[in-house]
Amino acid sequence: MPHVLKKIIYPIVAFLLLLALWQGVIEITGVKTSLLPGPLDVLAALTDVVESGVLFEHALASLFRVAMGFLLATIFAVPLGLLMGTRKFLHITLDPILQGIRTISPISWIPLAILWFGIGDKPAIFIIFITAFFPILLSTALSIRHVDPLLLRVGTNFGATQKQLLFKIILPAVTPYIVIGLKISLGVSWIIVVAAEMVGMSSGLGYMILDARNFLRTDLIIAGMFVIGIIGFTLDRLLTLIEVQVKRIFSFQD
Amino acid sequence: MSIIELTKVSKEFNGKNTTLAVEDISLSIKEGEFFCILGPSGCGKTTLLNLMGGFDVPSKGTVSVGGKLIKQPNTNYISVFQQYGLLPWRNVIDNVRLGLEIGGLSYQEQIETTKHYLSLVGLEKVQDKAINELSGGMKQRVAIARALAVKPKILLMDEPFGALDEMTRLKLEKELLRIWKQENVTIVFVTHNIDDAIYLSDRIAIMGNNPGNLKEIIDVSIARPRDITSSEADSIKKRIFELFDIS
Repeated sequence: MPHVLKKIIYPIVAFLLLLALWQGVIEITGVKTSLLPGPLDVLAALTDVVESGVLFEHALASLFRVAMGFLLATIFAVPLGLLMGTRKFLHITLDPILQGIRTISPISWIPLAILWFGIGDKPAIFIIFITAFFPILLSTALSIRHVDPLLLRVGTNFGATQKQLLFKIILPAVTPYIVIGLKISLGVSWIIVVAAEMVGMSSGLGYMILDARNFLRTDLIIAGMFVIGIIGFTLDRLLTLIEVQVKRIFSFQD
Repeated sequence: MSIIELTKVSKEFNGKNTTLAVEDISLSIKEGEFFCILGPSGCGKTTLLNLMGGFDVPSKGTVSVGGKLIKQPNTNYISVFQQYGLLPWRNVIDNVRLGLEIGGLSYQEQIETTKHYLSLVGLEKVQDKAINELSGGMKQRVAIARALAVKPKILLMDEPFGALDEMTRLKLEKELLRIWKQENVTIVFVTHNIDDAIYLSDRIAIMGNNPGNLKEIIDVSIARPRDITSSEADSIKKRIFELFDIS
């Protein structure tokens, strides 16, 4: 069997076995479906929310928050990171503070976010902003260290100004590293948005799951979890495709 | 007429311990000359070249080019490094274009000049290739074309062929001599290879260790093209061996 085919068929077989194991556990233990529904129950719940459009609405809400928060974080964190990476003074001054803030779970910002921004999308976008901002900032600042000093000397020798060094040498050299940082941040953002929606929001996939628990709809909880996984996986693959392209364009070698 | 003038140059590096890299070096390099700096590892050859390139300033003494003190790098004196210093995300022609682009020439002018220097180093056929597709020898040709494209008065070459195999190195040295004549540029060439120094240079500065110092400047008045196995070359080699205490 060709390798490409193996890469598709093997995981599908494994997934089907997992479903069979799941059903098997239910058959053997006789656990109530209200505690652990079977794969078919979950599929029914999934079809239900897909057909009613509820799933689409919640998924869109979550994706919108992640997109906005992530975009804002990128817009602010990348230039700031470049500044921090190139100005030693800024790095020495800010790094310990940022490292400290970074360890505070983004979820713990929710009470403040709600106080500051009320209800709706804004506090969630703020939480995602916080989530993505610090890793992007720090990975961008760190990426500057990967710029080959020899290339900077070459640029300086040809009389490059600070601006020319930035655009002709530093940025092309660090772009692959920045994209890697973005990919990681997006993955974390997707995890955090679900948690944030369970705590303080009234829409989104996280809310949908929490709401399903209130109605003891375990089938819907698992269906929601399944959708979160599918979307997260797709986002990661998308960013990996971009990462590969960027690495190719900038002839990046690890 | 001298183009580079070093007067009583010393350079200290202040780290944990202060180290004296070169001490009290005076020499003058003539315009259009092929000048080699020969010495063992750690004798401050590269330090000296960095001072001439304006990448560093002397702790004592002065370094001047064309009568002007050197304070910073300048397109009049371009360095060529052993590790090439090519931008991997640019293809061959865009690498050679770099200096002209920074200098603000129009794209048309950049391309015209670039093509001229690509053919000078024999790379016109690979102008669209990526850097990581090239052999080491070709990479160094790209770096030399890039350096020459901004029409510098001086090329400062820091063991430029040190990473290449013997055959490629000999071939490139022959070509470098042709380019040197054709472009009428002054070359300062740092090496630890005695044969290379004799084959290439008009004069050789012999350097010693701990701290780096100038032992002697040897004239190589052998007609080109040179035969490194000739008796004239041999007698110069003997003199160099004596200076390095390896005869």
